[in-house]
Amino acid sequence: MVSIATAEPRQRGARIDVEQVSHWFAQRAVAGAKAGQALQVIDGLDLSIAPGEFVALLGPSGCGKSTLLRLVAGLEPASRGTLRQDGAPIAEPDPSRIVVFQDPTLYPWRTVWDNVALGLQARGLLRRQRRRVDEALALVGLAPFARAFPHELSGGMAQRVALARALVNDPRLLVLDEPLGKLDSLTRLAMQTELVQLWQRAGFSALLVTHDVEEALFMAQRVVVFTERPARVREVLVNDLPYPRHRGDARLAELRRRALALLGLGDSW
Amino acid sequence: MSAVAGDLLAAPPVLHRRHAATPVWWTGALAALAWALLAALTHLWPNKPAGFTEWACTAEFAAGAAAVALLLAALALAPRPLAALRERLRPAGPWLVALAAGLALWEVLTAKLGVLPPPFFAPPQALVEVYAGDAPRLAESAANSLRLLAIGIAIGAAAGFATGVLIGWSRAANYWVHPVLRILGPVPTTALLPVCFYFFPSSWSTAVFLIALGMAFPVAILTWSGVAGVHKNYYDVARTMGASQWFLVLRVAIPAALPQVFVGLFMGLGAAFSTLVVAEMLGVKSGLGWYLTWAQGWAAYPNMYAALILMALLFSGVITLLFAVRDRVLSWQKGVVKW
Repeated sequence: MVSIATAEPRQRGARIDVEQVSHWFAQRAVAGAKAGQALQVIDGLDLSIAPGEFVALLGPSGCGKSTLLRLVAGLEPASRGTLRQDGAPIAEPDPSRIVVFQDPTLYPWRTVWDNVALGLQARGLLRRQRRRVDEALALVGLAPFARAFPHELSGGMAQRVALARALVNDPRLLVLDEPLGKLDSLTRLAMQTELVQLWQRAGFSALLVTHDVEEALFMAQRVVVFTERPARVREVLVNDLPYPRHRGDARLAELRRRALALLGLGDSW
Repeated sequence: MSAVAGDLLAAPPVLHRRHAATPVWWTGALAALAWALLAALTHLWPNKPAGFTEWACTAEFAAGAAAVALLLAALALAPRPLAALRERLRPAGPWLVALAAGLALWEVLTAKLGVLPPPFFAPPQALVEVYAGDAPRLAESAANSLRLLAIGIAIGAAAGFATGVLIGWSRAANYWVHPVLRILGPVPTTALLPVCFYFFPSSWSTAVFLIALGMAFPVAILTWSGVAGVHKNYYDVARTMGASQWFLVLRVAIPAALPQVFVGLFMGLGAAFSTLVVAEMLGVKSGLGWYLTWAQGWAAYPNMYAALILMALLFSGVITLLFAVRDRVLSWQKGVVKW
């Protein structure tokens, strides 16, 4: 099943290397902190994503996972250390690495179609590649809603549009920042499966941040468990179950117990 | 401040009241009766002698009221071809009654009883006389006012918008422009009139400048706050997709700020109106403001009232136009706006 991803790894999925990355925030009005004191969020982190691999990051709230995503996306430079995509340092945002946020962040003044067209338009490709917008919408099953405005969509539909908006750029790395965090539980389960299918079909590398242990284990091939802030890798859980996976699988339950124990919730099992 | 103004900008709620197609429109019939009474009262009750000439146009005013009464009666009884017009007028029914009552009261207090004495108060027929007799001058004044206003607000809106985007986007521009805006912005433009009359080649160009200034200030401030308030993720989304700085300004910041821009335009219009009228009163030798002082100079009070009413209708029309444009441009917002 993963064979599509590995068939042409050079073409599709990006290889990402995070080498000895540390990151500080300029301190802003945090109680008890002195002005100008920097807050360390990431501490000497090493992490690699193989081409076409699906990696999930799991960790306590506020541990710096989302910050790491911003560094990988190139939205912010790391305070220390290097991030590379296929060996080249990541210095700025690039359409080969697309982020899907927890909020769909669709532009409310644009129709669904125009929202999906955003990336192509920004790079001046829209005129020649309009078909790709239609294809991306069809991929997430929202072709009939092309003319709708975002406020007319449900949460799940809006997040699907955000996915289509990302996929139309043909990313080599899809960065997912709790993309399903605000959806109701049923929509969430359905979209986990959908996302995995999209990943298998398109063969991009995927980096997912989530609070949901089951979600991470169900979707990803490797789950990186972080420590409290500043983030360090506590342990990497490898889930080599083939896709499509079954939620009731004994191996998943075992990994979940391990992950919860690492997050300090071992007692609830 | 902007939240309140935003509420003000919101269009009134649409009342969905489905009327069964009743054979008679009773409110309409009542309105017809009220207008008929107004006509009868005006025509049959002799005017109180005003000390000079008889009020001209009393008969014409009565005839006009009678015509309205006839039309309303026809609508109230609604033969088929008029049904569409009747449905359009139906929501205004109570207002049509009140309007006739108000006019009747005005008529009685001025022309009939003289409680409100001439020359400071004028009966409705005096306004009819002005509109009929002084139409060319009024029309020319209105046209001049509108031209001056249009040029001023066009320049002011463009300059304010550009300034707002600039200080919302560029830190350096914000550093230099913001303090200037803070100090000069709140100064009423009318206070600058005397100074500007010296600096500008004509009172007309002074007026254009000051109307533009009055318009530009709120537009700049609200555009700025709109641009500065755009959610950071909107930019991040576009940046990861390869958007240039220009794309971020034109396709992200500006569309996101537009609702605020319209609030600024609305507020700016108020300043522009008052600047226009004062400038016309003090220096510009044409326009409705000039007409007002001119009429006052001749103690022609009916002309003043006529010009005031015309002014109210024109300015209200300009604001209605702004709202129509806003509803069109921000049509995506419908459903987001809460009433």
